[in-house]
This record gives sequence, C-alpha cells and structure tokens, in this order.
Amino acid sequence: MGSSNSSVNNIPNAQELMQETGFSAAHILRLHERFEFLDKHKCGQLRPQDFGAVQELALNPIGDSIISAFFSPGQETVDFASFVRILAHFRPTDRNQSRDGAQQEPANSSIRKLKFAFQMYDQDRDGKISRAELLQVLRAMLGIQVTEEQLQSIAERAIQEADLDRDDAISFDEFRKSLEKVDIDHKMSIRFLR
Amino acid sequence: MELFFNPFDNLVCILLGISFTVWFTLLLVFIIVPAIFGVSFGIRRLYMKTLLKIFEWATLRIERGAKEKNHPLYKPYSNAIIAKEPTSLEEEIKEIRRSGSNRDLDSAPEFEMSDIFYFARRGVESIMDDEVTKRFSAEELESWNLLTRSNNNFHYISLRLTVLWGLGLLIRYGFLLPLRVTLAFTGVGLLVVLTSVVGLLPNGRIKNFLSEKVHLMCYRICVRALTAIITYHDSENKPKNGGICVANHTSPIDVIILASDGCYAMVGQIHGGLIGVIQRSMVKACPHVWFERSEVKDRHLVAKRLSDHIEDKTKLPILIFPEGTCINNTSVMMFKKGSFEIGATVYPVAIKYDPRFGDAFWNSSKFGMVNYLLRMMSSWAIVCSVWYLPPMSREEGEDAVQFANRVKAAIARQGGLVDLLWDGGLKRGKVKDTFKEEQQKLYSKMLVGTQEDRSRS
Repeated sequence: MGSSNSSVNNIPNAQELMQETGFSAAHILRLHERFEFLDKHKCGQLRPQDFGAVQELALNPIGDSIISAFFSPGQETVDFASFVRILAHFRPTDRNQSRDGAQQEPANSSIRKLKFAFQMYDQDRDGKISRAELLQVLRAMLGIQVTEEQLQSIAERAIQEADLDRDDAISFDEFRKSLEKVDIDHKMSIRFLR
Repeated sequence: MELFFNPFDNLVCILLGISFTVWFTLLLVFIIVPAIFGVSFGIRRLYMKTLLKIFEWATLRIERGAKEKNHPLYKPYSNAIIAKEPTSLEEEIKEIRRSGSNRDLDSAPEFEMSDIFYFARRGVESIMDDEVTKRFSAEELESWNLLTRSNNNFHYISLRLTVLWGLGLLIRYGFLLPLRVTLAFTGVGLLVVLTSVVGLLPNGRIKNFLSEKVHLMCYRICVRALTAIITYHDSENKPKNGGICVANHTSPIDVIILASDGCYAMVGQIHGGLIGVIQRSMVKACPHVWFERSEVKDRHLVAKRLSDHIEDKTKLPILIFPEGTCINNTSVMMFKKGSFEIGATVYPVAIKYDPRFGDAFWNSSKFGMVNYLLRMMSSWAIVCSVWYLPPMSREEGEDAVQFANRVKAAIARQGGLVDLLWDGGLKRGKVKDTFKEEQQKLYSKMLVGTQEDRSRS
C-alpha cells in the first residue's frame, strides 16, 4: 500500500513459487502484502502469535489447528515460501492436468487437500486420528452447547463408521475412503480472483 | 557599494510589501469574509471539476504506458484476492454432506467427518483476506490523483505525466499548503480569542446567539483551511437541542465538517497542550462536555453527565462517534452502546468521503496527528457528503445494543458503506469469546438441535 514500489521482482524466489504453486504474479503480490501485514515485527518470518491479528480466525473452532498446519513439527517460524505453499492447497484443482510420473504431486490436488483436512483432526501428526483427538476437535466445534454424553456418542458413531480395521483410530486411508463421494475439489477450494 | 544596493533593496521591500498586501486582501475577500457570512463563490467546486478531468487524463496515460511496456498493471481496485461465498454455515455443510452420502438428509443430520472442510476453508480464507483488517488500511483507488502516496504504478509514468506531477507537487506544497496553514492558524486563533470574549458575557440569549455565530465562523474558516468541499443532504433533519447526534468516524476532521453546518456540544477528554487550550476556551462560550482523564473510566458518571446535558433543552445537541475509533470509510463497525442507553432522541448522520481527491482516513498506528494534518493540508481537497437521517428513538422491547445496530444499519445504508458487526476496538484487542460461542451455537444447532427441541422430544 502507498508509495512502495510493488513488483513481483522484489519478492525472493517469486518465479519458482509461481511455478510450484500455480499462483499468478498478482496473487503472489497480494499474498506477500498479507504476509508483511501479519509480520508485525518485520523479521521475514511468522510466528503462531502473528496469526492472532486475523480476527475471524480467532473465532474459528479449528483456528489453532489451521495455524499449526503452517508450521512443520519442531519449527517455530514460517517464511513466505512455506506460507504460500500451504495456501496453495486451496487453489481450485486444474481439471486438465496431465502429469508425467516424474512431476511432483501438485499442491492443490485432491490428495493434498485431503491431507490438509486430515491434519486438522490429527494434531500430533502420528498418521492416525485417535478417539481423544476427535473428541478434542468436536469439543472445539461445539463448545458448551452439547453435553459430554452427546459428544461421546457423536465421536463413537463417527469412529464406528470410518474405522474399518477396528483399531479405534482413523488412519488416512480410512479417512479417504469415508470421504470418497464428497466433492473435495469444490469444497476445499477458494475462489481466487484474476 | 552601499549606494548600489539601496535602491535595489528598496525595490525588493516594496515588491514584498505589495505582494503581502495583495495576498492578504485576496485571502480576506475570497475566503475569510465568505466564511463569516456562510456564503460561497463556488471557486472550490470549479477547482474540483478541473482536478477530476486532470486525474482522468493521468490514469489513462498510466494505463497506456503500462500497455506499451507490456507489463501487467497492479490492479488496485480488485481489493480482494479471493471471492468469498456468502452462504451460511448450515447451507454449506448440508451441501458437503449431500455430495458425500446417500442418506436421507431430512432425518436429523449428524456429524460427518467432512464437516471440517467448511471450517478449514473459512479459516484459510480469513488468513488471506479478512473483513476487519481490510477496514483499517486506506482504501485503494482506481484512478491516480497525482499524489505519490496513493500510486503503486509509479514507474510507468511518461515524461509529460512526470512534469504534471512535479507541477502538482509545486502547487500543493508551495501554494496550497502555506495558504491552508495560514488559514488554519487564523481559524483556531479566532476561535480561542472570540470564544473567550463571548464567555465574558452573562448567560442569556445574546450569549448563545453570539457563541453560535462565533463557532460557525471559525469552523467555516477551518473548512476552507482544508479545502473541504462538503455537500449537505436533507438538512431538514438536522439535530435539535436535547438530542444526540451520532455519526460514523473516519478522521478527526469529521468534527469540523459537522460543526461548520450546525452547533453541537462536543464530548471528549480534556487534553493538555494546544487542544486543551481550545477546549477550555470553547467551553466558556457554550457548554461542552469535557471529561478529566480519571472520569472517563467511570461509565455511570459519563452517562449521568450526558443525560443531565440532554435534559436541559437550552443546551446544544451532543455529538458522539460511537465506533470509538477511526475506520477507513468503507464500512461501519460496531457502535458502542453507551450513547444509546441514555434514552434521548438519536439523530444519525452519515459521512462519506470521496477518496479521489485525498484519503481522509487517519491510520493512527501509522501517522501521528501533526503528520496527518500536514498530509490533509497538502492533498488536493477533501470532498465529502453528509446525510442527515431522520431522528430515531429506542422502541419498546428494544435494548441498547439492538437500537445501536438499527442506527448503524441506517447510517451504513445511506452512506453506501458496508455494515459490519465487528468491534472497531478489536484492531488492537482480542476477539471476545461471545463471538466464538455464536459459531458454536450455529453448528451445534445443526447437529443436536436447540435446548427447546431436546426438551420437547
């Protein structure tokens, strides 16, 4: 904003990011502005507390899970490139994508979107959604509006339906199978303006 | 040597003397005298029209320049990066489930693992672009108004445009700024002096009459000091004694704009320094409501003083900005309920600035007051519209918060601003838990029904 010289060339690795994520130059510019807005201390990295500036995120039930999705395990900061890569998961899937075997899975593929959603449940990233984790997420989404028993019964039902190998936890494959028919591409995509 | 310089010196002195005299005469005739009587020559409107034509030309040049160099223009008017779906939580989750399962959805909908998609998407959307923080940065313009501060495509300018910009710079800083600063000092000085003089008179009709005239005159001079071109609509709804005037807040200039068209009793905290001097002298001429810093925290005291003021029908209507902070004039944020609890008639006023001429929004975290005023005085002009809305009162069974929201909606509608439920104070603080509860209530209603449903079954 203001008289700063806004050009994609000022952003490090902009071209690579555009290739990798499929964002256009205008998008990268906007996201960079957003990143700088959140980066109040101007250190080029974001911390979990910096996301607190986003008011709407604070009242999202899984707000904390979303924030931690940006930080790899053990990392306390996230730089602009990683920031954009995570956001790229929400780009609409490119219909006519043909990729050869050597190419990496694009950031906005259905699998990647599913993995992001899975991560919202699986907080400790052990590859399984345990009963306790499910209860935690449900409690966040419902607050004090439901009783403990109702919560337990909802969780019980969900696990029973999805848990095929009866190990009292939902693995990623079971998660994927239970959501086979859901239009993931549409529901986990954000409409970006040109 | 001495003989050589003397006539030269004399000549310079004479020239300077003449130019000063001419300058001050012009000032007096064209600006101060009309201000005293409240008439206008229409010079400012002509100025406004000319400027608009120049801006259009400048924008076209930039677009042409960018096209020639084949660079993508940074489009400032696509203010958003994403388009948010205006659907509700219920609709979205139902849609997700519809696509996912074959079950009959009319039977009690139960939790699905896919429900998380909705929350994840909304969360990430808000990271990329959220309503609240957008309101606290200056509005972005489509056309360029020859101020570097509002242009992002500066490097696409041709020579002709640069010359024009340079000329603009010269005019603004060399001519307009000194003129305006002079006027501002005159206006403020006159205000302090004349209100103190009027304050010496005994209370009565003459004092009120004179105080009104003095206030109006000084505010009009200040309006001209900012080259503010104001259009007042629906003046028949102007606030009357014993009422509260409520308006949306964009900058400290709002006060000057409203007060130059009518007399109000101001409300605020007593400051030190120059502002304190102005406040103390103003209150000599007519009763304003100034609070000491310690009194501001005591809500009951504040409410009592305000209602006492309103009870007295000879006192002027109170002017309050319920948002509590400056918003960037694209939306109206939550109104604090304090002024709506008192029970007086509320006269809503909507103020909308035209951003093409200069951004009036005061970003208090970015600029201090003096810096802000200098920016204002070195812009081309401040163009705004003021709408006086019909008076509203609290209805039966309506509490202060609902009343405040009703007034807010009316102001937002009239001014063409977006009506947000967010609290402007949030730009510095944290979200209250009540908002989170609202979300949780909505979702749980879907899953398990409300308390009434449950107790019924």
